[in-house]
Amino acid sequence: MTLDRTRTEDADEPGGAGLNTEHDRGSKILSALASSERPSPPGPLSTSLTFGWRALLKIKHVPEQLFDVTVFPVMFTLLFTFLFGGALAGSTVDYIQFLLPGIMVQGVIMITMYTGTTLRTDLEKGVFDRFRSLPIWRPSALVGMLLGDAVRFTISLTVTALLGLLLGWRPGGGFGGFVIGAILILLFSFSLGWIWTFLSLVLRTSGSVMGVSMLVITPLTFGSNIFVDPSTMPGWLQAFVEVNPVSHLVTSVRAVMGGTDPGASLPLTIVWSAVLIAVFGTLTMWRYRDAR
Amino acid sequence: MTEPAMTDLAIETHGLVKVFGDNRAVDGVDLAIRRGGVHGFLGPNGAGKTTTIRMLATLARPDGGTATVLGRDVVTEADEVRRRVSLTGQFASVDEDLTGRENLRLIGRLFGYTGASAKRRADDLLDAFALSDAADRQVKKYSGGMRRRIDIAASIVVTPELLFLDEPTTGLDPRSRNEVWDIVRAMVSSGTTVLLTTQYLDEADQLADRISVIDRGKVIAEGTSSELKASVGSGSLFVRVMDRDDRDAARAVLERELGVEVRDEADPNALTATIDEQGRVTRALSALDEARIPLAQFSLGQPTLDEVFLSLTGHHAEEKTDTEEAAA
Ligand SMILES: Nc1ncnc2c1ncn2[C@@H]1O[C@H](COP(=O)(O)OP(=O)(O)O)[C@@H](O)[C@H]1O
Ligand SMILES: [Mg+2]
Repeated sequence: MTLDRTRTEDADEPGGAGLNTEHDRGSKILSALASSERPSPPGPLSTSLTFGWRALLKIKHVPEQLFDVTVFPVMFTLLFTFLFGGALAGSTVDYIQFLLPGIMVQGVIMITMYTGTTLRTDLEKGVFDRFRSLPIWRPSALVGMLLGDAVRFTISLTVTALLGLLLGWRPGGGFGGFVIGAILILLFSFSLGWIWTFLSLVLRTSGSVMGVSMLVITPLTFGSNIFVDPSTMPGWLQAFVEVNPVSHLVTSVRAVMGGTDPGASLPLTIVWSAVLIAVFGTLTMWRYRDAR
Repeated sequence: MTEPAMTDLAIETHGLVKVFGDNRAVDGVDLAIRRGGVHGFLGPNGAGKTTTIRMLATLARPDGGTATVLGRDVVTEADEVRRRVSLTGQFASVDEDLTGRENLRLIGRLFGYTGASAKRRADDLLDAFALSDAADRQVKKYSGGMRRRIDIAASIVVTPELLFLDEPTTGLDPRSRNEVWDIVRAMVSSGTTVLLTTQYLDEADQLADRISVIDRGKVIAEGTSSELKASVGSGSLFVRVMDRDDRDAARAVLERELGVEVRDEADPNALTATIDEQGRVTRALSALDEARIPLAQFSLGQPTLDEVFLSLTGHHAEEKTDTEEAAA
């Protein structure tokens, strides 16, 4: 704590004498300005992690942010297990073996949408003006934000897995399989995040970011193999499902969590992630130059 | 490109332009601002002050013209510019969800301070800006004056060579306003160049060494406060007669000698006139003496910056301030 006795804040003492004397204040600011050294500039990883730290601090101060990552997965798991379980697989316990990895993907992808609306709000407030005026690796504020989101996604994955275990999910890949699957989901959602950062730099309101995100997410998740085996679908839909990157992700997550061979789906998932980062990361950084 | 270290100009622009749709927000701005001291951008809301500053601070890309800041081009050498300047935006430029201390630690770490030294730097600044007691409170719970102080503190975590302050006192009560003024003066005395925008005439008058008057995206006048005032006319003469019955006679004498209209004040003994030639004032005062009209008081006032603005633009400087939110 400070030893300065003369000072009170204006909030506590409206209209009071408030600050230290003008001279005192001026000289303290002068010495703060004079004592400033220039530390050597930090690298991209360090600044990105610092922004990740900012995201964690925000979770600490605004814990409501954890509402969606816990409620969404619980809702989806219960809803789809009991809605489709009987009809599609005869029993919910059979269906959940198939469904749960897909539900993890679905839950996280739904939540990635908030990345865009959060960024839009931040941009409007002006705090990103400060970040953009700093001499740091340009993408670090966005990378850090996505890293912070990865923490929220991990919570979502954990909640879904625990609830699944309660409902009778018994993954053949064990804990190790779950961890690898979770890493794949986190990688893919980090990559997908760049679509939302780009949208929030193009669209002017968080409402429109949300709307367009829904338009992208709905076909990506429902037009995939999350809920049912595509062999029952009409040809045109099968064709879409087969090129949908979410299907590759779900197939590979299902395999590694189930303890079977993911085959081509695993490299395909990684390639898709790289492509998303390359394309939308570049577009995002191009818009970020003039962000408003 | 010339060697950057050679220039003694903090800011130099030629024909700077920024267009939003069909709105030419900045419409050909030429500036040559020397290092040291405070340079003021004075103009009504929507004049293009913020947009100009954002281009200079590398936050927006010019649509036309060139700008160098401390000898570096804002487009091709943006990183070099960012290393040397700092911006306190018109609206909150810290994270309102975080506490004051967390915000300063965040900026400190981004500049390369390690954990412990970032914390020490944050605490020093909180102390200097009289925010120690509010250090662990979220910024969104700060009062307007405290918020402005944390904004400015965040701008000097590493001392910039040039600081942009965008309307630092808009919306502040007079006491907080004075505090911000003291901070600006302290920074200038430590050698930082400050570019400040304001809609307040008295603020530019108080703080700025030189002023650029901006209106509708253009610089319409530039100079020291006194130069601007002088370019408009010499100011106004105020006369108070001893005996109110003399006022009509005094008005007649003054109108004859000054050659301008002389107005009655609310005070039944007082008269004022806007004059354009100081030399005539002495003659007018002797003429009153010769006419045996005793004066209780007289003074020669400089014109206010509002009068300057009116004569430069044909409209008052502050007429648009109530539409403030429109210019975000
Ligand atoms: N991001 C933006 N998009 C569209 N118009 C803008 C934007 N920023 C500013 N403007 C417009 O540009 C003009 C200048 O605004 P601004 O630079 O904020 O003025 P000032 O800071 O002097 O009040 C205004 O007409 C404003 O509406
Ligand atoms: Mg402005």
